[in-house]
Amino acid sequence: MTAVQGSERLTTFEDNDQKPVGHGRMLRKEDPRLVRGRGRFTDDIQLPGMLHLAILRSPFAHARIVGIDTSAAAALPRVRAVVTGADLAAQGLAWMPTLSGDVQAVLATDKVRFQGQEVAFVVAEDRYTARDALELIDVEYDVLEPVIDARRALAPDAPVIRDDLDGKTNNHCFDWETGDKDATEAVFAAADVVVRQDIVYPRVHPAPMETCGAVADFDAVEGRLKLWSTTQAPHAHRTLYAIVAGLPEHKIQVISPDLGGGFGNKVPIYPGYVCAIVASIVTGKPVKWMEDRSENLISTGFARDYIMRGEIAATRDGRILGIRTDVLADHGAFNGTAAPVKYPAGFFGVFTGSYDIEAAYCSMTAVYTNKAPGGVAYACSFRITEAVYLVERIVDCLAAELGMDPAELRLKNFIRPEQFPYTTKTGWVYDSGDYEPTMRLAMDLAGYAELRKEQEAKRANGELMGIGIAFFTEAVGAGPRKDMDILGLGMADGCELRVHPTGKAVVRLSVQSQGQGHETTFAQIVAEEIGIPPADIDVVHGDTDNTPFGLGTYGSRSTPVSGAAAALVARKVRDKARLIASAMLEVSVADLDWEKGRFQVKGDPGKSVTIQDIAMRAHGAGDLPDGVEGGLEAQICYNPSNLTYPHGAYICVVDIDPGTCEVKVRRFIAVDDCGTRINPMIIEGQVHGGLTDGVGMALMEMIAFDEDGNCLGASLMDYLIPTALEVPDWETGFTVTPSPHHPIGAKGVGESATVGSPPAIVNAVVDALAPYGVRHADMPLTPSRVWDAMRGAPRPPI
Amino acid sequence: MQVSMTVNDVEVTEEIEGRLLLVHFLRDVLGLTGTHWGCDTSNCGTCVVWLDGEPVKSCTVLAAMAGGHEVRTVEGLAKNGKLDPVQEGFIQCHGLQCGFCTPGMLMTARALLDRNPDPTEAEIREAISGQICRCTGYATIVRSVRWASVHEAGTEEVTA
Repeated sequence: MTAVQGSERLTTFEDNDQKPVGHGRMLRKEDPRLVRGRGRFTDDIQLPGMLHLAILRSPFAHARIVGIDTSAAAALPRVRAVVTGADLAAQGLAWMPTLSGDVQAVLATDKVRFQGQEVAFVVAEDRYTARDALELIDVEYDVLEPVIDARRALAPDAPVIRDDLDGKTNNHCFDWETGDKDATEAVFAAADVVVRQDIVYPRVHPAPMETCGAVADFDAVEGRLKLWSTTQAPHAHRTLYAIVAGLPEHKIQVISPDLGGGFGNKVPIYPGYVCAIVASIVTGKPVKWMEDRSENLISTGFARDYIMRGEIAATRDGRILGIRTDVLADHGAFNGTAAPVKYPAGFFGVFTGSYDIEAAYCSMTAVYTNKAPGGVAYACSFRITEAVYLVERIVDCLAAELGMDPAELRLKNFIRPEQFPYTTKTGWVYDSGDYEPTMRLAMDLAGYAELRKEQEAKRANGELMGIGIAFFTEAVGAGPRKDMDILGLGMADGCELRVHPTGKAVVRLSVQSQGQGHETTFAQIVAEEIGIPPADIDVVHGDTDNTPFGLGTYGSRSTPVSGAAAALVARKVRDKARLIASAMLEVSVADLDWEKGRFQVKGDPGKSVTIQDIAMRAHGAGDLPDGVEGGLEAQICYNPSNLTYPHGAYICVVDIDPGTCEVKVRRFIAVDDCGTRINPMIIEGQVHGGLTDGVGMALMEMIAFDEDGNCLGASLMDYLIPTALEVPDWETGFTVTPSPHHPIGAKGVGESATVGSPPAIVNAVVDALAPYGVRHADMPLTPSRVWDAMRGAPRPPI
Repeated sequence: MQVSMTVNDVEVTEEIEGRLLLVHFLRDVLGLTGTHWGCDTSNCGTCVVWLDGEPVKSCTVLAAMAGGHEVRTVEGLAKNGKLDPVQEGFIQCHGLQCGFCTPGMLMTARALLDRNPDPTEAEIREAISGQICRCTGYATIVRSVRWASVHEAGTEEVTA
């Protein structure tokens, strides 16, 4: 099925009762509270006696801590506590495990390892006083030489950052490889054409509008900790706190309330959360920690920072034979990468993209530098942003080398529909795909042939117009528990559905929305399966006391994993409802047909019972069939058999002012295929947001450092995020290639646009600059960087 | 010091520090938590409220400076339980996702339509250019404001 946006039906939450229920365009259940200012975000929480916590951060990237004098801060009126790393060390809490099995300092003890690192905290009666007191803490530092450029991290004379680790004498973090090295070398040796390009994906930051924060409330009598926090993975956090703080897990309640965006920034556990918990235990009062924007940018999870050498081998007529890459990964001072344990480079292994090739190989070295930890964030789907950027850039480099149209080169090399499920040369099993119709639709929507003619005419006039294409295959929905876990927690997700006696229902999820519309779409999934209108289904998430265990929302995994769970739990309830219906209608189960919302007797549709009738009977007086318990509810934990592999074709048109070198994105056409579409309106919004991320990364955003390790992108004055003026009105379309292994055929999609759009934009800019002989320029393509590229002197970012 | 002002048509008088920002006065003192705080350099606009009908970034106004003036926040947009057309437009056109930038966007949108009832797409984009949204990519926000504009004019129905 192929269609363009706008043809699907619209349902409002007021008229759901009159319309078929389930998948389709439906307005959001979240909106009525949010447009009234009645959302409940972490910083909205106010508790009696609540204190405020502020964190003192290191001004240096690398320095030994000689001494800390907290006496003046502690003496300030309204200050309740001042805590240093030494205080935490005495309790065994100065270090905590990271999601990738490294350790990270909660508060620095021996030395600081990045600018902005947590050194001490203050608890005071109000947030202003807490900040005042930070100014009064006197820290004596012995400044050390920092390691900033990852390319120099393994130099023999490089200072050792992680001397806390036993026997560590260098800044090596890990090595990783995938694919067949020998087979790839053979393919490259025999190829007509080999193109090599150094490509940097610079360090950026997800920068959700709401920063990270928490309110910790420890009840010493009950020994219970209640923690509101900005977390995308509340259950995983609860388990980690149990391990870090030694609190019993049933006495920890993590509540993730409304989140003001996450974008992967709110997956890791940050020192601030742990400090808030410690502070509440120490003071016996609720304690709020809310970081400001600069703290968010300088200390929380960054994204990308992959320095890649891409190589592609092909025949002279454009048959791609092999892809090879060597990656240097900058992980900062602590390896805090949020990825499945067996995947230290995430899912970078999908760097072979959408193409049927003969061989592929990647080798990677990750290093420590004096920068904040992170790496996996900002809608990367575990490093697929980097993988897709690499392959889509070098395919364009190959097209330029061969003098081929980049669209034709891609069409010639796509994995064909009959090849699915397709096992890539790096071992990933793509579930389904029909790439050519998606590509053709994008080209039709763009008017690709006319665009090329327009470009030709403009070039003749000296105008700079570029057309960029990216075709991507995503891999989302981690994942099968046999090999995907985070710190030993399998990446399955639970779902619970209860139907009340009057036929209203509540569905409880283990995943956690940050604006993706789960409260709406999960009601739709259940409605589609069981026929209860979405308006009658409440979706509960984010409270670990009241939701089943699961790993949270990131990696676009909610629909693939939890969405499957929601559909299956509804079917489980429906199966029970069928038994009750057979008793109510006095026919055998085999004689019943399911019409959305009711069971009816075959051949006699007048004889039927609705799901609401059944719900009342399930809870009511009178006997139920043998072996059927009362009530109408079920719970499951869904273990996906594979990831889902959505795909998309993106075309970007840019105009560049040759005088100022400013890049203007004039048009952007995005055709996405995420299989079955639960709510097209919400998908479109997800795509729009991701495309805007792409404009930010490709043209504006970068977390840069000077040679002393000072972070140069630590506020919104310098870390530039697109406003309404930098982005065009998006043009979207879709095709539908369902996932064969997913209960409703749905694939994830939330990160597709962030993954797919940067290469389309960079390809467009490079295409525009082709008359200047430009083959590549690294992001962000700011006017000054475009200027350098036009003059043959493109600089790699640092 | 003592400060008195009108917030959403209600007179309030509170004892505050002179340095208290209006955004914190509204959120922490009055409990009007619809107005948000998203940056520390006056760029993001999640804190936009009206001061005597003018949109201002309340992180860049001292509460004391609002003394004697009229403040309106997102909580004061709906009248008698009926949503303002801009609020309805944001719902109809999916102009919000996480909802964090929404209150500020709504206050700016309402102020724009009060001055320019029939803004073009370019005028809407210019009007909200002091405000960052991370979720929507802005296109649906522009549509939301147009929806409100068309519906206020009582002309043809638009489809979301």
